[in-house]
This record gives sequence, C-alpha cells and structure tokens, in this order.
Amino acid sequence: MNAPADPKKLIKGATGDWEVVVGMEIHAQVTSKSKLFSGASTEFGGEPNDHVSLVDAAMPGMLPVINEECVAQAVRTGLGLKAEINLRSVFDRKNYFYPDLPQGYQISQYKSPIVGEGEVLVDMIDGTQIRVGVERLHLEQDAGKSLHDQHPTMSFVDLNRSGVALMEIVSKPDIRSADEAKAYVTKLRTILRYLGTCDGDMEKGSLRADVNVSVRKPGDPLGTRCEIKNVNSIRFIGQAVEAEARRQIGILEDGGVIKQETRLFDPGKGETRSMRSKEEAHDYRYFPDPDLLPLEFDQAYVDALAAHLPELPDAKKARFIAEYGLSPYDAGVLVAERDQADYFESVAKGRDGKAAANWVINELFGRLNKEGLDIGASPVSAAQLGAVVDLIGEGTISGKIAKDLFEIVWTEGGDPRALVESRGMKQVTDTGAIEKAVDEVIAANPDKVQQAIAKPTMLGWFVGQVMKQTGGKANPQSVNDLLKAKLGI
Amino acid sequence: MSVDQATVRRIAHLARIAVTDEEVPNLQSELNAILAFVEQLGEVDVTGVEPMTSVTPMAMKKRVDAVTDGGFPEKVTGNAPVSEDGFFVVPKVVE
Amino acid sequence: MTDPTKLTLAEARDALANKSLSAVELTGAFVSAVEKARDLNAYVLETPDKALAMAKASDDRIAKGAAGPLEGIPLGIKDLYATEGVRTTAGSNILRNFVPAYESTVTSQLWRDGAVMLGKLNNDEFAMGSSNESSAFGPAVSPWRRPGSNAQLVPGGSSGGSSAAVAADLCLGATATDTGGSIRQPAAFTGTVGIKPTYGRCSRWGIVAFASSLDQAGPIAKTVRDTAILLRSMAGHDAKDTTSADIAVPDYEAAVGRSIKGMKIGIPKEYRVDGMSSEIEALWMQGIEWLREAGAEIVEVSLPHTKYALPAYYIVAPAEASSNLARYDGVRYGLRVPGKDIAEMYENTRAAGFGKEVRRRIMIGTYVLSAGYYDAYYVRAQQIRTLIKRDFETVYAAGVDAILTPATPSPAFGVGEMGAADPVEMYLNDVFTVTVNMAGLPGLALPAGLSSDGLPLGLQLIGRPFDEETLFSVGEVIEKAAGRFTAPDRWWA
Ligand SMILES: [Mg+2]
Ligand SMILES: [Zn+2]
Repeated sequence: MNAPADPKKLIKGATGDWEVVVGMEIHAQVTSKSKLFSGASTEFGGEPNDHVSLVDAAMPGMLPVINEECVAQAVRTGLGLKAEINLRSVFDRKNYFYPDLPQGYQISQYKSPIVGEGEVLVDMIDGTQIRVGVERLHLEQDAGKSLHDQHPTMSFVDLNRSGVALMEIVSKPDIRSADEAKAYVTKLRTILRYLGTCDGDMEKGSLRADVNVSVRKPGDPLGTRCEIKNVNSIRFIGQAVEAEARRQIGILEDGGVIKQETRLFDPGKGETRSMRSKEEAHDYRYFPDPDLLPLEFDQAYVDALAAHLPELPDAKKARFIAEYGLSPYDAGVLVAERDQADYFESVAKGRDGKAAANWVINELFGRLNKEGLDIGASPVSAAQLGAVVDLIGEGTISGKIAKDLFEIVWTEGGDPRALVESRGMKQVTDTGAIEKAVDEVIAANPDKVQQAIAKPTMLGWFVGQVMKQTGGKANPQSVNDLLKAKLGI
Repeated sequence: MSVDQATVRRIAHLARIAVTDEEVPNLQSELNAILAFVEQLGEVDVTGVEPMTSVTPMAMKKRVDAVTDGGFPEKVTGNAPVSEDGFFVVPKVVE
Repeated sequence: MTDPTKLTLAEARDALANKSLSAVELTGAFVSAVEKARDLNAYVLETPDKALAMAKASDDRIAKGAAGPLEGIPLGIKDLYATEGVRTTAGSNILRNFVPAYESTVTSQLWRDGAVMLGKLNNDEFAMGSSNESSAFGPAVSPWRRPGSNAQLVPGGSSGGSSAAVAADLCLGATATDTGGSIRQPAAFTGTVGIKPTYGRCSRWGIVAFASSLDQAGPIAKTVRDTAILLRSMAGHDAKDTTSADIAVPDYEAAVGRSIKGMKIGIPKEYRVDGMSSEIEALWMQGIEWLREAGAEIVEVSLPHTKYALPAYYIVAPAEASSNLARYDGVRYGLRVPGKDIAEMYENTRAAGFGKEVRRRIMIGTYVLSAGYYDAYYVRAQQIRTLIKRDFETVYAAGVDAILTPATPSPAFGVGEMGAADPVEMYLNDVFTVTVNMAGLPGLALPAGLSSDGLPLGLQLIGRPFDEETLFSVGEVIEKAAGRFTAPDRWWA
C-alpha cells in the first residue's frame, strides 16, 4: 500500500503534493428473473407494489427462500474477478429502521461472504495498467424506493425493488485518481456484462457506487475517509473524487481535520455535501439470519460454473492481439463491450484482422456514435461489412469507393457485392483505360510534369487527378506504377 | 454486566420504542435482573466450541429462478394504515 | 346421546365415520359451548359461521365417501397462525386489526384434511409468556380451580388459549406453538397432552415469528392418540420454509399402543433441581415406575449443561425476537401512532402497540446484539447451545430411546400471582422444557397426576430428532397408567 506515489497522479496543493486514495463499494443488481428470496419479478418499473410478494412486504410469518440463480451469478462473478469462492457462506441480518426496509433488517452477508479476495486489471488510456484488489463480494437484498416529491409532508413507499438481489463488490483502497476510479468502474462493468451477471445499466440503478475518498501526503499513512453514497454515473464518479479530494485538501491545508462521514455528490454544483440524516451512529446488530441455513456448495458446483464462463475481456484482448495482429489500443476498444467484440470477430474471421478492426472501429463505430446507436441496432451487419472488406481485399473496389459503398449499405441495405456490380463501382484494373487517363492528365499539365520531375512528391497530385478522372475506380497501385513509369521518376 | 439509564435510553431508541422518564428506572432494574440471571453463562468453558447456526443439520434448499409471486398490490397494501395510489404513505423522510 | 364435546378427537372421528354423528351436529355443539365459555377468554375470535359452513362441507364429503383424516373435526387455532381473511393478532395491539391475505401452511394442511375452524385462540403476546397474561386481550383462564377456591388460575402460556380450550371441551384439539415450552407447560397446567415436534417437522410459514431458530408448531389435545392424529396432518416438508425437514411423516397414530419393552429410558440427574417440590419428585418417580413395569430399561443419564439452557435461551430468543419484531413499524399493516417525524412515528407506534413483556424482550435482545456485546452474549449463548445439543447426542448415542423429566417445576399458579416484580421468576417456569428447544428435539408433555391442591401435574418425554413416534408409544403407557385428568364441572358455562 505504501508503494511510492506516481508523481503524475498527485494533486498540487498550496502546501505541496497530495495523493488521493479511493476505494469503492459497488452495488450491482444481479441479473435474474425473480428476487433473491421471493418469487416476485425483478422487472424494472411497474405499478407501485406490483412486483411484491408477501415475503417482500415482510408480512408476519413470511420466510425467505433463496434463488439458486442468484447464487450461481455471484459465483460466476467471483470467478470473473479471479476471486476466492467460499464454499460456505452465511446470511446475516443488518438491523435498522427505514420505511423502504420492510423487515426492519436487510439480509446481507457480513462475516462470511460468498466471494473473497480477487482483482480487476484496469487499462488506462495512456496504455498503463493498474491492478485494483477486490476485498470481497457478498449477496444482499435491495431496499424499496421512497418518493419524497409526491406530497408536501409525506413520503410514498414502493416495494417493487425490495428484495431484488444485489452483489456488493468491495474494492481495496488501490485507486489513486479520478481517472482510475472511472476506469475501474468501467472495467468492472464490462466484466459483469460479459458474464451476464449484471446489466450494468446505471440509469436504472443496476450499478451504483459508494466512493470512499481520503487524501494524504505521499508516503504518509491513510487519511480519514469520507464515503460518498450512491454516485450514479461514471462521469459523476470522476467528478465526485475530484471534488471531494479538493475539499479535503482545502480543509487540511487550512489546518483542519477531516471528519469521517457519509456525503452526497451534487452533480449540479459539482460538490459533495454531508448527509445529515445519516450522521447518527449506526449499530446494525448483525447476527446470522435464523430463517436461513448457511449457504453451502461443493467445488464441483464451482467448477461446472467455471467451465461455462464466457471468454472475459482480458483474455479476449490478448487473443485479438495475438490472433488478429491488432494493436493493444484497438483490441482494447473492441473488447470493451462483448457484442462489439463478437461483431468484430464475425467480420475478422478468415479476413485480414487489421483491416477488419479498422473498418469496425473507424467507419462503423464512428457512424454508430454519430447516430447514437448501439451495435445491436447497426443497420450494417457483420456479414455485410465483411463483404465490403473482402471487396477491398480482392481489389474489386478501392478504399474510397468502399466508403461510398458502406454509406449505401448503411442507408439502403443490400448485398455489397451485388451493389458494386449493379452500380458500376468496380475498380478499373484494365491498364488500357488507366493508361488513357494518365496520358490525358500528363498532356493537360505540362508545367506540373516539370515540377514533378524536380520534386517526386508531386506524384500524389497526379494520382489524385487520375483518380478524379476515373471516378475513383482506378486501381491506385496501377495508377502509381504507370505515372512513375511515364514521368520517369 | 449491568446497564445504566443512559444505556436504557440508547437501547430503546435503537429498538424504536418510546420510553417515558418514569419507565426508565423500572426498565433498568428489569433488564439488570435479566442480565444478572444470564451472568452465569460466563462460567462455561466455550473455547473451541462452534456457535450453533442451525439446530437441524441439513443443506439449504434453493428455489429455481422463476416469477411465481407478486402481482397483487391490493393484497400488499390491503392492511396499510395509510396508502395512496398503491403506495404506502409515511411521514416525510429527509435525506 | 352424550355431550359430543366430551368426546376425544379419535372418538369423534369414529362417530363421524360411522355416521352416528354429523359434522354439523358436532360443530354446532362446540359453537354453543364456546359461546357459553367466554368467561375463560380462551377464544379471541369466534368464527361460528365459518365453522358451520366448513362442517356442512365435511358432511358432504363424508356422504360422498371422500372424507379426509380430520374430516369434520372442530379445532381451535392459536392466534399466532395466519388465517386467510380471518383476523390474526398474535395477541398484540400492534396487529389488532390485521387480516392476512394468506393461510399458514400448517392450518392449510388441517383444512386440506377436513378439519373445521371454530375460531382463534388466545395467547401471550407474540408467544412471549408462560401464563397467557401478556395477551392484549387479557389472560385466558384455566377451567381448573383449586378445590373450594374461586381463584382464577392461569392455563399456562404462551398457548394458554389452546390448553384452556382443550381442557374445557371448547374444541377437540388446538394448534399451538412452542419456543421455550409454550405447548408443554400449558398442557401440563391443564391436564392436556401437547407435543412440540422436532425443529423442522412443521412448517413455520405463516406463523407469526417469535424466535425463528426455536419456534415450532404442534398440537394440544385431550389424549396422546389425539395429538398423534393432529401432528400427522400438521407436519411435513414445506418448500416455503427452508428450515423445514424433507423427511417423510410417519403414521404417528400407529405408534400409539406400541410396546416399549426393552426401550432404554434416560433419567437426567441434572433435572433434580434445587428446591424441587416433593410432589414433583414423587410424580417423576411414579412415571419411572410405570415405564419400568411396561418393560422399559431405566438408566440414569447426564446432561451437564442443563442449567445453562434457560439463561442462554434468554439471550438467543430475545435477540431473534428483537429483529423479527422490527417489521411492526406502523408502515405496512397494523397499528400506527403518529409522530412529528418518521422516527417518532416508529417509537410511538411500537411503544403503544407492544405490551410490557414484549418491549422488555425486544430491549434485551437489542442490547445483547449491540456493538461490543455481541460476542459476550449472543455468540457465547449459541456456543452453549452447541454444548446442550451435544449433551443430548451423547446420551442418544449411548442407546437411550427417550428421556423422562418433569414438565414444570410446579402446578398452575393464580392469575396475577407471579412475575410482577422480577421477570426471571416467570421465566423459571420453562426450566425443564427450554433445553428441548435449544437442542431442536421433540418433547411431549402429558398429565401424570394431581398436586396436593388438586391441580394437574405433567411429565415430559424428550425424544431423538424426528423420532416423535417413540414419544407417542411411551406417552401412551403413562397415560394408560395415570388415567385422564379432566377439569371439574363447568363452572364457567
Ligand atoms: Mg456499503
Ligand atoms: Zn450493501
């Protein structure tokens, strides 16, 4: 933990450099049809109190029964985080009163979580990689929802979320900057989405972050931390870390002390503020839930789940680099989302990987981005894009024509090969036709010819003119060769 | 161990039970009587003894993941002291 | 014809089967007996219309030859069991108007087998008590009196409405629950028979929770055979309660009358507690003698951690209760007392809704779980529980089939006589029964004699896990030798 601080990550203060230390608790909603301990639906939204069983409403005499899929999802996630899977874990009750907590306790895992220590490798934009340790992952119930804006003096309580399974993933305080914090959550989200254990939809609250921030002078022991609750976008996580670090540095540099407390990030003001209502000292009176036996399974169960795990982003990235000759950056971009990576692979299979990556990243992603579309909604299928790449590769069309072709496929659809045929987009490889165009250009520009002989880089200008003359269909290599021969350069 | 009056109030608040000033001394002596009674447990040597988590040794059965419950908001709020538009209604909670 | 309310459950069942009695006649007799017995305060809710409708349906099924094992048998239901559309209060003001939209698993099994519901029975609030005096409806009163005295006696608790109703012929059997002795102590106080089955035998789903790791449902009835008949319908695995055992339910009635020759009966020396009255001691010796005469081998056994069971119980049970009762907050159901904010609403609601004993236990439970005390109290108590269970395992491993002990340290006491100043005095009622809950074992209490002042005294049989059958076999031997004990004339009617 006391590895020398990286000077690039330090924050300049009035009294010198400061290091920010961040740890995170991520609440990730488990992807499942029904709740952790009841058969009610986990579907988002719905009429108030509709996705609620008598168990979720904590009616007298109701008992929890655990959902096997939620257990499997937690184990899959643990495996994806290269974490220790605990064959025996225990559900505890965390006791506190809150109107959206119907039982008066949350069923959680305190002393014996289902998943122990693991790690997340995070690639930073500058090509460096950091390792963020995972302290633990445990299963617990979500609470209901209180609406405070429906009535001047009353709050309205809806229990639809009550009892939905969450995985609380607790990181070690291994994060040293706002960028690292954002990158960690991004990477964790990618892993969860690959695994299919959480949809990662932060807008719907499927992924929520509690961010613990402290600052210290490099080399000093850890400072007092503040917990910023429920930050609900990756951008806000970065802003919250930044704002909180600056606030703490300000206090310390003024000779003050940091009070350990729970805070909220206000995105409008770009600052954190104290949550007064949470100030009261909590005494959660954890004890093992007597309605639930310990959660036990054997290694064979874990092994079976491991055997069916999908390829994860790190492994996929390494394979893309090795198998398709991609740059680490391109491979990183492609594996950020599983369906993007899958799309790329369908395009790249049996083709030139670099060319495929180039088309997928630059043309397709660029266009999707512009239109605000997901890869799943792409009007150009992997097969169509693959055909475009083929047509370039076999010399049927030029790169420039390919862009026009891509545009046609994007807007009108159709088989690229047939389109090239029907619209006469084929590249001219007939040397006679090209030679004619070359001769015409040379004849029309005697002054430029003189210049080109003196300065061979002028060749590009001639290529452009010939291409123009042939409507972009001339094979650029042939044009080049002919021009060189005819100009004698 | 025994509790003082401040502790009685703290416990009552943790348990969300209002206590009057008159009740506190009585509660204190009753709780202390019970605590004195359980004091004898200190005599037992419990080194290395596993605390009991389930009295019947068996494996916990699990449910298959299917939607089998819910869809009856009127049953959920049917006994509510105050409800409106399908919500439970409580005095405003400040965050 | 004789008064059908005097019949045992088995006798009524046979009369219904041979059609010498109709279910409507039988239920009608109980409905009017219940009406006349309101002074006993055994029922907190009478459901005569429902009872007669159920009885009519039973007669139809009997006529069609489609009778269930409990067809037409009128029962009382402890008010801790959720009954769909029928007010369920757990004896508490906090649930005074609660009408569940669901039926407990155990009662639904009784109705499946044809039983008829007469109404809901009184109990100590949230089953916390040993005299039924903590009920928000006031105490249930025992049909027993000391000869020559009009003093009201308690029917025991927490299932005091159940024991009083059975003893006063206000039902043929009753459901009850037992967390520390709440079936067996009231049975012993009223000359009735009660069994707390092995933890996990009956589903807890739909029964208002007191202490989840200790609560068990069971019947109180007039005879050993009747409890055996009822338990068969009440027991069984329930997927909605993962602490319920997936073990086949035997035909318990078949065990009644089975020979106990050659069985080993353990007599635990630690139950000979200081100050045990000579009449309890004599009753116990008498029980031993009866079993010996029936061919059982009597062996002295040791359960060294017995004396720690009650104090450990008074940590574990309140701890679980403090958490189980957190849901009564005035938000979703039950009483709400307004306050200036949500915290005050909670505090006012819970102060007004819970009675003194419940508040006290919630406070103790909250304290022993709170930061800094958890290990010293709760963890230690659960370790001691392991030792208590081990004591029994050692005895059973040595070949003991069942253990015989007294059921209670004294006969029934008077309403208002006990526990006013020191709660612990009342808790001592459960000193013989509570070990059984701590170890999750089955325990049967049955009457074996009368005290010097003419009140029933009971013995307790403790069995191996899931071996309730042995308790029925051994219990019947004692019952045959001791005879039945019925309350004096119907002073209440
Ligand atoms: Mg947390
Ligand atoms: Zn959490």
